Amino acid sequence: MRQTKIFRNIWLGIENVLLHKLRSFLTMLGVVFGVGSVVAMLSVGEGASKEALEQIRKLGSNNIIVSAIKSAEEEATTTQHSHMSIYGLTYEDQLRIAESFSNIKKTAPAKLMRKGSRLRERAMELRVVGTTPEWFELVPREVIAGRVLLPADQDKQAPVAVLTEFGARKILAIESTIGQTIRIGGDEFEIVGIIKSESGQAGNIQIPDQQIDVYIPMEVARKYFGDITFIRTSGSRTLEKVELHQIIVQVDDTKNVESTAGAIEEMLKRFHKKKDYVVSVPLALLKQAEATKRTFNIVLGSIAGISLLVGGIGIMNIMLASVTERTREIGIRRAIGAKRRQIVIQFLIETVVLSTTGGIIGLGVGTLIPFLITYFSGMMTVLTLAGVLLPLLISMTIGIVFGLYPAMHAAKVDPIVALRHE
Amino acid sequence: MVVPITENNEIVKLEKAQKIYQMGMQQVHALAGVTVSFKKGSFWAIMGPSGSGKSTMMNILGCLDRLTSGRYFLEGKDVSSLDDDSLSELRLKHLGFVFQSFNLIPQLSVQRNIELPLYYLGWDAIRSAKRAEKLAEEVGLGGRLHHRPTELSGGEMQRVAIARALANDPQVIFADEPTGNLDSVTGEQILDLLVKLNKQGKTIIMVTHEPDIATYAHNQLHMIDGVIDRIERNRNEAD
Repeated sequence: MRQTKIFRNIWLGIENVLLHKLRSFLTMLGVVFGVGSVVAMLSVGEGASKEALEQIRKLGSNNIIVSAIKSAEEEATTTQHSHMSIYGLTYEDQLRIAESFSNIKKTAPAKLMRKGSRLRERAMELRVVGTTPEWFELVPREVIAGRVLLPADQDKQAPVAVLTEFGARKILAIESTIGQTIRIGGDEFEIVGIIKSESGQAGNIQIPDQQIDVYIPMEVARKYFGDITFIRTSGSRTLEKVELHQIIVQVDDTKNVESTAGAIEEMLKRFHKKKDYVVSVPLALLKQAEATKRTFNIVLGSIAGISLLVGGIGIMNIMLASVTERTREIGIRRAIGAKRRQIVIQFLIETVVLSTTGGIIGLGVGTLIPFLITYFSGMMTVLTLAGVLLPLLISMTIGIVFGLYPAMHAAKVDPIVALRHE
Repeated sequence: MVVPITENNEIVKLEKAQKIYQMGMQQVHALAGVTVSFKKGSFWAIMGPSGSGKSTMMNILGCLDRLTSGRYFLEGKDVSSLDDDSLSELRLKHLGFVFQSFNLIPQLSVQRNIELPLYYLGWDAIRSAKRAEKLAEEVGLGGRLHHRPTELSGGEMQRVAIARALANDPQVIFADEPTGNLDSVTGEQILDLLVKLNKQGKTIIMVTHEPDIATYAHNQLHMIDGVIDRIERNRNEAD
C-alpha cells in the first residue's frame, strides 16, 4: 500500500512537472549544467588515469628508460663545421647500471642507426636498432610472424633481422617474407620475424619502439656498423659517435622504480661530464595523470558546485512560487484530510522529480562534454557506472535539500485561509 | 468524564464555545459562547449576516479550526483539544465538505478529484476508480469522469464536489453556501441532491445567507454577533 502510494506521489509529481514544461525545463537548467559538469569531471579524471595506465603498459610499468640526448652546447658547436661529436650512453654505462643495483632485474640496450636497406626491388632508409634479446621482454610486443631475437643470435653473431610493423610497411615485407634476405647498409641479414610496434608519445616519454623499423643483434650492429655515424645536413657534414641511444632498465618491484631511477641518475652524473642523457620513469606518468585529474576536478568541480547551488536555489525559488500559486490546492487537500506530513511529501517528491529529471538531462549533456573534450583535445575520457550514479544521486539530494523548505512552507498553509485564497 | 452524548443521538454538540481572534489591539469574539447540538440525520441551515460568526462556526464544526475555549463533541467524542494530525484524521474519515467555489483541483480529472479522499485513506487505484464511478453516477455525472473541472458547468462542478465529499462515506456533510455561485435552477438541483443525501441518513450542515435556500433544511440556526439569535423549525420532519 505504502509503495503504491509513493509511486502515485511520484506520478503526481511528474504530472505537475509536465504541466509547466517550459518553466520546469528552465528551472532544471542549473542542475542540468551542474550534473553535466560532474559527469564530465568524473569521465575526464577516469580517462586520464586510464590513459596513463595504457601508456605505462606500452612503456613497461616497472621500467626506467635512460635515453641519450644531444646536450645543448654540443648542438651549438656541431652546426658550425665538420666536427665529431661524442655523446650519449656507453656500453660501460649499461654494465655499471646492471651491476650496481641489486633490485634491477634486467637491462636492454638500444643502438640506433639509419641505414639504407633493400628488400628485393624495394630500397628505403630504415631505422635500425641493435639490441639484445632482453629488449623483447622489457618492451613486450605481439609477434605477428616468425620470432624475436634469441640469445643464440647474440652468441653466434648471426646476421638476423626482426622487422617492426613500421619497418615491414616501409620495406613492403609480409609474413611470407620471413626467411628472405634483406640488405642493411650493404650487409645481408635474414628476416626472422615481424612484431607489432606501438607509436605515439606517452606524456613526455617516447615510446621506446616508436622510431624503430628493424632490430638486429647488438654484437652484429657493433661489428658491422661501429659507433660512428655520418650525418649530412645541407652544406655541412658531421660525425657523431654514440655508443648507446637507450638503456631500458627493469626493476624488480614497482615501489623501487623511483628510488632506483634517482640512483641511476646520480651514478650517471658521476661518469658523464655533460648532461647527455635523460632518465625517465613511466610510472611518473601516473602522477602526471593525477595532476591532470586534479586540475580538471578543480575547474569542473567549481563549475559543478556553483551550478548545483544556483540550480538548487532556482528550484527552491520556483517551488516557493508554486506553493503560493497552489495555496488553494493545498487548502483543498488539507480540508479533505491530508496531514501536514503528506503535503510535505507531495511537494518534496515534486522537487525531487524536477531535480532528478534535470539530473538525467544533465547526464545526457555530461556524456556529450567528454566526447567534445576527446574530439578537440585528444584526451581520453571514460564513463563509469559510478560516474553515472553519483551525479544522479547528487541531483536527487539537491531536490531533497532545496525542496524541504518550500515543502514545509506548503504544509504551514492554513486550510481556512487557503480555501478563501483566489 | 463526560456522559456520552450519542445517547440522545447528538452527532454534533458545542458547549460554551468561544472563538476569539486578536485583530491588532482588538479582540474579536467570532463565537461568544455558543451551546447547541445537532441530531444525527438532521439538516441544518446556519444563517446570519456576514460577521455574525457563521463561517467560524462552520470551521469549528468542520474541524478546520479549534476553539479558544469551550468544548466540541463530534459523534460523542470531545475533539476540542485534538492536535492538527488528529483533526485531519477526523476530517478524512468522518466529514465531507462542499464549498461555494467548488474547490476542485483544476489539473486533476473529475475522477481523480473524487478519488482524492480515498487517496489519503490509502485505497488502491482500482477500488478507488470503482468508487469514483459509482459516486459520479449517484450525483448524475456518469460519463464525465475523464473531463477536467474547467470543462464542466458550475452545477456539474458542484456535483463533482458533492461526489468527492461522499467518497469517504461521511456522517456529516458541511456545505458552505453550496449554491452561491450557481443560478437558481442549478442551485435547486444541488439542494435536491443534498436533500436526497439527508434522506439517506447523512447529517447536513449548510451555511447560507439566503432565506429561500435555508427552507430546504429542517432547522435554521440564526447567528448574530457570535451568538445564537434564534432557532427555527421548518417542517415537521424528524430533527
